[in-house]
Amino acid sequence: MAYAGVSSAADATEGDRSQTAHRLTYVLLGVLAVAMLASLAIGASGTSLWQALWDVARGAELSLRDRVVLFDIRLPRTLMAAAVGAALAVSGAMMQGLFRNPLADPGLIGVSAGAGFGAIVAIVLGGMLPLALSDALGYCLVPVAAFLGSWATTLILYRVSTRKGRTSVATMLLAGIGLGALTGAVSGILIYIADDAQLRTLTFWGMGSVAGATWSKFWTAVPLIAAAILTIPFIARGLNGLALGEAAASHMGIDVQRTKNVAILAVAAAVGAAVAVSGGIGFVGIVVPHLLRLAVGPDHTYLLRNSALLGAALLLVADIISRMIIAPAELPIGIIMAVIGGPFFLWILLRRRGIVDM
Amino acid sequence: MLKAENITVSFGRREVLHDVSFAAKPGALTAIVGPNGSGKTTLLKAMIGEVAHGGTVRLNDVDIARAKPWELAAMRGVLPQATPLAFPFTVAEVVRLGLMNGTSGGKTQLVPAALARVGLGGYAARYYQELSGGEQQRVQLARVLTQVWEPTQDGAPRWLFLDEPVSALDIGHQLLVMQIARDFADAGGGVVAVMHDLNLTAMYADEVALISDGRVLAQGASEAVFTDDLLSKAYHCRVQVNTTPRSGTFLLPHVAQAGAA
Repeated sequence: MAYAGVSSAADATEGDRSQTAHRLTYVLLGVLAVAMLASLAIGASGTSLWQALWDVARGAELSLRDRVVLFDIRLPRTLMAAAVGAALAVSGAMMQGLFRNPLADPGLIGVSAGAGFGAIVAIVLGGMLPLALSDALGYCLVPVAAFLGSWATTLILYRVSTRKGRTSVATMLLAGIGLGALTGAVSGILIYIADDAQLRTLTFWGMGSVAGATWSKFWTAVPLIAAAILTIPFIARGLNGLALGEAAASHMGIDVQRTKNVAILAVAAAVGAAVAVSGGIGFVGIVVPHLLRLAVGPDHTYLLRNSALLGAALLLVADIISRMIIAPAELPIGIIMAVIGGPFFLWILLRRRGIVDM
Repeated sequence: MLKAENITVSFGRREVLHDVSFAAKPGALTAIVGPNGSGKTTLLKAMIGEVAHGGTVRLNDVDIARAKPWELAAMRGVLPQATPLAFPFTVAEVVRLGLMNGTSGGKTQLVPAALARVGLGGYAARYYQELSGGEQQRVQLARVLTQVWEPTQDGAPRWLFLDEPVSALDIGHQLLVMQIARDFADAGGGVVAVMHDLNLTAMYADEVALISDGRVLAQGASEAVFTDDLLSKAYHCRVQVNTTPRSGTFLLPHVAQAGAA
């Protein structure tokens, strides 16, 4: 009786990479810890992390200078780079799962542009808000506006490019270009009418950097990013199901609509927060999930959390390079990521050619 | 029991199913046959809640329009015609997705068992995207089987909905897959399959619904439905039904010269 029971002695885990993916999480935790320590230790000033740690261990008082360098400059910058890296990588992985396409990246298809649009609106027009509202939002105004911008963009993109559970990549990219042109035009008008102080803010913001990290910036971004990361256990299964298409996912018991709603909100929150505090940093969301899929497979249960860890570590390393390469000056981290990510993206395209019809 | 009543489906302004009623029993393999564009796949999709429709569908006395996806997933598995996959999953990882709904939950030993069942033992570590269409279809069948591994649960039948399950397969694997469906029904489960191949249908199905132009032309035991008149009428060509004395099953050679009705 074939259905009575399973007597097969075959290895139940053959071809199943989930255990490897699970173990990789611990490795990546270690990598992230090392990257964070390095980020704390390396900098333009002569302050030595090790000396400071030794001083604290001896019970000696830290100098004011060392305290400022370590706790008010390097620590918020380190934590913010990690948070932004995690946010970008996770949102990339989620978006790819949602659109069922490994090339969907918030930076490429205009979600970051939508977030940037929200941020520009907030910076230029924020002064026109009723005082009570702008007081209540305070530092959060820009991230919240960026979140709304990326949310609207993601929703529109998904609506436009998905028919019957199948996403057309061509439509998605073209819709991204269309939306990008529109938001770019309106952003241009806003920049045109901005005053000098606002222009300064916009310029620094738009350079794509975590150099200006402060605790207040960090704390405005972290709630949104944390919220996005906390959705991982709730949508990982759903995104796995969606890999087979919306109908098949539903037949497997997935609440497809809820998965999509949560994923879109999480992507918008993560991208909005990341763009609001760091400007546009591209390619993290495409490089990190792609490498992880190659290494341990596309199961979102592990892909999403590993993406968070590897994304954080990658951005920390890129930030360290940006500080060292032309020290004491700094190269914007967006340039470093573009130099790494651009060729990587082309490589993915070459690899996919002939395997899958784009 | 599967009971679909007064099913009406329209695509835009065109009505493709007109007030169709259909029933299937557990313990039986019920085939839906009919010419291209007759609405047989649409009927299947209406019964699994994939297309909007008028009328009601009740599966084991549950109104499927009101059931949650996970409740339905515990009752029935659905094999689509083709399933392209977005990411480089291995064969084992695709089949393991069938364990998600919780009723087969965590029983990872079902994965190699299901693969062996569909004749894909040894394929576990291969990449799904690199397989042929027929192999992919059998991987998907293995995934669906892990989802509803036991044909009955707490005395209630479970169901397999198969949309042209053998369309991409060679004859050997056609027989293998039909036998899997047959075994599932014999063990108390219900099977509803959209079929193109009338010979295979005649060999394996207990009940047949013949659809033509969005209506049920006939439903009943396959001997009653597979008659020269009904088939000729449905397929708009002359069809002759023969029986072979050896096995008792009947064959349907394409005897008609085109147009000679």
